Amino acid sequence: MNLEPVIGLEVHVELKTDSKMFSPSPAHFGAEPNTNTNVIDWGHPGVLPVVNKRAIEFGMKAALTLNCGIANDTKFDRKNYFYPDNPKAYQISQFDKPIGYDGWIEIDVKGEKKRIRIERVHLEEDAGKNTHGDDGSSYVDLNRQGTPLIEIVSEADMRSPEEAQAYLDTIKQLIQFTGISDVKMQEGSMRCDANLSLRPVGQEAFGTKTELKNLNSFNNVRKGLEHEIKRQEKILNAGGAIQQETRRFDETTGETILMRVKEGSSDYRYFPEPDIPNLEISNEWIDEIRASLPEMPEARQKRYVEDYQLPEYDAVVLTATVEMSDFFQETVEYGADPKQASNWLMGEVSAYMNSEHMELNETALTPKALAEMINLIADGTISSKIAKKVFKELITKGSADVKALVEDKGWVQLSDPAKLLPIITEILDQNEQSIEDYKNGKDRALGFLVGNVMKQTRGKANPGVVNKILKQEMDKR
Amino acid sequence: MAINEETVKHVAGLAKLEIDEESLKTFTNEIVQMVEMVEQLEELDTDGVEGSYHGHPQINVWRQDKAEKGTDREELFKNVETQKNGFVEVPDMFDKGGSDA
Repeated sequence: MNLEPVIGLEVHVELKTDSKMFSPSPAHFGAEPNTNTNVIDWGHPGVLPVVNKRAIEFGMKAALTLNCGIANDTKFDRKNYFYPDNPKAYQISQFDKPIGYDGWIEIDVKGEKKRIRIERVHLEEDAGKNTHGDDGSSYVDLNRQGTPLIEIVSEADMRSPEEAQAYLDTIKQLIQFTGISDVKMQEGSMRCDANLSLRPVGQEAFGTKTELKNLNSFNNVRKGLEHEIKRQEKILNAGGAIQQETRRFDETTGETILMRVKEGSSDYRYFPEPDIPNLEISNEWIDEIRASLPEMPEARQKRYVEDYQLPEYDAVVLTATVEMSDFFQETVEYGADPKQASNWLMGEVSAYMNSEHMELNETALTPKALAEMINLIADGTISSKIAKKVFKELITKGSADVKALVEDKGWVQLSDPAKLLPIITEILDQNEQSIEDYKNGKDRALGFLVGNVMKQTRGKANPGVVNKILKQEMDKR
Repeated sequence: MAINEETVKHVAGLAKLEIDEESLKTFTNEIVQMVEMVEQLEELDTDGVEGSYHGHPQINVWRQDKAEKGTDREELFKNVETQKNGFVEVPDMFDKGGSDA
């Protein structure tokens, strides 16, 4: 039987607010366990959760960015379940009136564009974090309990693990541009569950689905889906039936393992959260939030191609992250040639970030310094060879005045013929054979002589000027 | 809605409650009566009446995003039975279900 995968993703994104979704305790990482919590997070009797207005605004930003409609009337609901990471025994979430609905994003798999619909974007609170000991105990840290989250639920529009990965990449990129989250899967500020079923190609109705959890990296989303597709194919091709269940991806074996047979949504006994009054979102407020959104990747790409004449490839690479795109923009505003700025960012800068495992803002490089360096290359003050040294200095130590730096270090390119002539004359005197070779039409001889001048001047000579003088001098001999 | 002993067992399970056979009968009877009482509301003609989600007419009650120091851990831990290095210690729960957050 020829089977086709049907994939839908649920993506949780942690919002970068200062305080929690319903309590004023700090929503920051890295604190001592159970110190960023208060009686509201612990669900003590008589406490009153109050909504964080910024979290609502962040939710609106996400929903608008994902082309969703914003609900003018929305509310919170209780989702009831017992687990030690949530002492209230319910999670405040949104059930039937999510803040955002009916959105879509466009994904690109190897040049093929496809629209993936988004069913809903809703706001909720995160649970605490469990650590599992090997001593028969688990350990609970409630610092994360109550951190604002948005959950982005796609329609089951994806047909391959590659499409699922492209969807995640695009969600991450778009959300990152809005600045509402760090969206880092490795740090847990972006998490993904997948729903997967198979159906015979050409069949309209969906098959029975399983839910995959613990897909904690982009690679594991793909690997988990690939494994689960094989597992379901095997069962279906042997005439079996898929059981609706939740499975966990095991990173060490690369397999999916049964966690539990799925509860129905009614088992969560959702009901409207009585502690939190309804929300009304005016169209004026929606317009205000829409206007506050930064320019998105697609618009930036278009501008880079039209205004800066960059190749489309450059435009796409530069807008992969908001940091890179903003850095490029600022470098250009400091007067650097856009194509040169693009070359440096896509080349040396990215190579350095990869080899050192650093983010752009963790390096010492600034847009101003990069622009100054590019301009010093353009006006001939430094050679492109010396520029590599300057770049190393700028990205490791930084500089507020690159011109002063290259003068201090003696890196200014030697372009003055009066200063180059004695050096060239000396080298020509020592290499009679090369002059002979050059005159006999051996171009390599010229390269050898230029190389010698560069060596003599420790890379500072302007190769163009050296070339010219060398030819002139040899013609005289 | 039909309530029987199976429904009550299921709901008790969700609430992590253990009930013996005798209580099961009592609870089932009582819950059946409660549901019947609530179902009397269905006799009312609610055509044209807009639904509501909240008993209070207030809207948009929120706070600004300003963090305040958490409650002292020692105070919070007065209700914690077992603890270790600042964590709440609970029986191992790996692979025994989980949070959906």
